[in-house]
Amino acid sequence: MEDKVILLDLWSSSFAMRVKIALAEKGIEYDCKAENLFDKSPLLLEMNPTHKRVPVLIHNGKPICESLVIVEYIDEVWHDKSPLLSSDPYQRSEARFWADYVDKKIFGIGKRVWSSKGEDQEAAKKELIEYLKTMEEELGEKHFFGGDTIGFVDVALVPITSWFYTFETYGNFSIEAECPKIIAWAKRCLGKESVAKSLPHPHNIYAYALGLKKKFGSA
Amino acid sequence: MEEENEVKLHGMWVSTYSKRVELALRVKGIPYEYIEEDLSNKSPLLLQYNPVHKKVPVLVHNGKPLAESGIILEYIDETWNYAPLLLPEDPYQRAQIRFWANFIDHQMFEAVAKVLTTDGEAQKTAIEEAYENMEAIEKGMEQLFPDGARKIDGQNLGLLDIMVSAVLGTQRANEQVQGVKIVDPERFPLMFSWVEQLNELPVVKGVFPPHAKVVAFLQFIRKNALKPSSS
Repeated sequence: MEDKVILLDLWSSSFAMRVKIALAEKGIEYDCKAENLFDKSPLLLEMNPTHKRVPVLIHNGKPICESLVIVEYIDEVWHDKSPLLSSDPYQRSEARFWADYVDKKIFGIGKRVWSSKGEDQEAAKKELIEYLKTMEEELGEKHFFGGDTIGFVDVALVPITSWFYTFETYGNFSIEAECPKIIAWAKRCLGKESVAKSLPHPHNIYAYALGLKKKFGSA
Repeated sequence: MEEENEVKLHGMWVSTYSKRVELALRVKGIPYEYIEEDLSNKSPLLLQYNPVHKKVPVLVHNGKPLAESGIILEYIDETWNYAPLLLPEDPYQRAQIRFWANFIDHQMFEAVAKVLTTDGEAQKTAIEEAYENMEAIEKGMEQLFPDGARKIDGQNLGLLDIMVSAVLGTQRANEQVQGVKIVDPERFPLMFSWVEQLNELPVVKGVFPPHAKVVAFLQFIRKNALKPSSS
């Protein structure tokens, strides 16, 4: 039976980028449907009634929601190519722990870094650097969090790097100055085709953020 | 061939996160040593095992530590991969269960906590949110279990049973303290029946603290949250 795979997407969403990387790593053909979050499609509302947000993977008509749940699903179904998680339960748990850390801490703080001001922004910047330094420690001397090839944690973290230029410009700071290892790791990830074709150019993200600020008034 | 299997759990007597792991260990029949942590005076061992979050629960298996209850539950299922399985084998069903486990763990838990720690207008808003979340769960569970109210037995607990037990199991105690019934039997019959059945199971009764102690603890939380000045 031929697999029919659809992704409900938003090009600027770091969560959606995770899914695109996973699909590319596995060489899966899919239909990418761009969503407009200010005018959500009936399909999105039907497939994700709980959260009404992207990404949503629709596999042979059945929806899967939440980016890391989707990535694990992809890894389990298309398990014979480019495994993203180890087969060892302890290593799998470690990878899930760090992906969860990325979700809770890093993805959570991003918006505050570029859209807040004054003391709130300074605090957000400090936190972001602290979290990225923790990731640097976890990376250690490895090429990727997954070892020699990209794995679950790389897929979870790398999309946010497309937002770094936006954070730095609005926050007036340099992430590379504080976390050179993360920047070096991000460059290595971008050397992979699956990542390069899934991440937008950082300047496009900046233009997008600028557009959002204008639309909602800079607060 | 039997490997040496030393399992220790660092927990706290009323932490629902800690209780989830205990429930899973007991359901699987895994012997473990329990270490009670004083969260106002965390042990050096806890800080060594969980330097990132410094929280309970921490499971230590043959000397290797694991943190974050959801992740620990999946580790238990994968390592002691015999029945009852906490997650089904089919990837699509696993994805559905993970989705709802996350929802109950994060959104529902936060909603329940907000109702407990607010009053007046803020609590009214929190109650509305909690009901919205309950509706989403009720609808989601209707789809996941189309044959209606589930028959629960202690031999077959899964990940969602554990999550529901941990987050919604103390609802009678919550209601006593905050005056609000979140798991309304008329609005949410499937969830109400599920929670009631879970609370009757000997394995659940054996893990969760007695009603009176939970009430006292929740009263303490509410009192502190509603204090006029925060320090």
